[in-house]
Amino acid sequence: MAFTETMTVNMGPQHPSTHGVLQLILELDGEIVVKATPHIGFLHRGTEKLSENRTYHQIIPLTDRLDYLAPMHNNLGYVLAVEKLFGITDQIPERAQVVRVMLAELTRIKSHLVWIACHALDIGAMTVFIYAFREREFIMDMYEKISGARMTSNYFRVGGLSADLPDGFEKDMRDFIDVMPGHIDTYEGLLTGNKIWQKRIMGVGEISAEAALDIGLTGPSMRGSGVDWDLRRDNPYSGYEKYDFKVHVDDGCDTWARYKVRLLEMRESCKIIRQALDKLKPGPVLADCPKICLPPKQKTVNTIEGLIHHFKIISEGPKPEVGEIYQGVENPKGEVGFYIVSNGSPSPYRMKIRPASFVNLQALPQMVEGRLIADVVAVIGTLDIVLGEIDR
Amino acid sequence: MSEHAAVGKLKGKFSGSVLDVVEYRGETTITVKKEDIVAICTFMKKDLGYNFLADLCGVDYLGRAPRFMVVYNIYNVTTKDRLRIKVPVEESDAKVDTVSGVWGTANWHERECWDLMGISFNNHPDLRRILMPADWEGHPLRKDYPLQGPGREPYQGRHK
Repeated sequence: MAFTETMTVNMGPQHPSTHGVLQLILELDGEIVVKATPHIGFLHRGTEKLSENRTYHQIIPLTDRLDYLAPMHNNLGYVLAVEKLFGITDQIPERAQVVRVMLAELTRIKSHLVWIACHALDIGAMTVFIYAFREREFIMDMYEKISGARMTSNYFRVGGLSADLPDGFEKDMRDFIDVMPGHIDTYEGLLTGNKIWQKRIMGVGEISAEAALDIGLTGPSMRGSGVDWDLRRDNPYSGYEKYDFKVHVDDGCDTWARYKVRLLEMRESCKIIRQALDKLKPGPVLADCPKICLPPKQKTVNTIEGLIHHFKIISEGPKPEVGEIYQGVENPKGEVGFYIVSNGSPSPYRMKIRPASFVNLQALPQMVEGRLIADVVAVIGTLDIVLGEIDR
Repeated sequence: MSEHAAVGKLKGKFSGSVLDVVEYRGETTITVKKEDIVAICTFMKKDLGYNFLADLCGVDYLGRAPRFMVVYNIYNVTTKDRLRIKVPVEESDAKVDTVSGVWGTANWHERECWDLMGISFNNHPDLRRILMPADWEGHPLRKDYPLQGPGREPYQGRHK
């Protein structure tokens, strides 16, 4: 007699392939997933509630801890939102803008390196992990030189940057982008022609363009479904309109398509960094808005105005007008948006973070249901989720 | 800045529903009556091409009537245009019709709104808590929720 009962198993919250504390409750019919139910919230830290009780400057370190694989991007989204709220978007110095773009793209490479490393590792290709983390280590060292921290950089400020780039940074960066495309060739050499890799990801996790739009996928996950949309090009911020880059789209709709899109994005990021390095001219890195932007330390300790502004900003905090704004940026994982409601006080009245991974994870059940349990691992990898951002 | 093109079309179709239109920092916010939210969202998607719901959240204006606002940040992928729709929600009747039938992505956003803000959504397919544990009491993002946790005096803030 055939035995046809389904079985329910827990995948996570402590499972190597769930990339953090994600719990999936899988209802299985043999090896086929009948129903997948994600349970999230294990890492909920109440970032939005915390933000309601801090000044606008004090929130920047909290944003590092959302998508901790791409901290500079979160910083960027947040400071752009606050600059819009204060109405100082057009006063950001050129050098600060160029550095922001450069570091945002460096962060994109860093985040995609973790994606390819973990995605391949989950599927069983261990070597790529070692190579990708070697390059990531280099980027972390750069982070340390810039900001003093390897992961939670906290480098961007409302109005510009916390400090200028360290000496020798440009050379390090040029050296890095000279060798990085070669490293990407290495990853492709290890994976693209690999039969096991192809079998594991081709035709897996399919989602059509309509379904992707409906469920709200963004970033490379959406572009892998043939939707040509990238906020860097379509709603440019930080001067992205001045850069020449291509938005890569693939209408394969499967994990293979998303794999190709992300690899091309890494190459494209190298090109943007090169253009940014060419554009980099000496100049100020902080807007001249003394009542809003924290003055540099030199000014604080040497001038009386600097000291007063510093004191006022730290003890009270700058106050924006009453209003509400939304700012979205193209994170490595998709659109991250900050919706800030101000009631004129020094803290946001309400700050809603639109996380990319949260929405992307929502697509997981429809991508795995009816497929093998092994495909769940591939789909989690291809959605490139970060639980810090999902749970906030 | 001139009025957003979608505002005129929306007013033409739902003249009685549009309560307020605000233009701020180049962004348009339209406040509409909550009874018509599903019809308006369907119109925005089907006729005006706002095919992407970027974000949905609740805002608690404690002390004001109506107390809550539910905010829909929508986006048109073809014209790359953003728009914001808001609906006022009374505390005594903290319920809004779900728009998860219009944009599937609203499902989790509405669950989060219910979980953290305590606004429930009629006809929602799966209205459970999402970030907080299932047996949690209260809705943490409400302004009258004790900031330091349940059972403690509310935090007075550094700017009292």
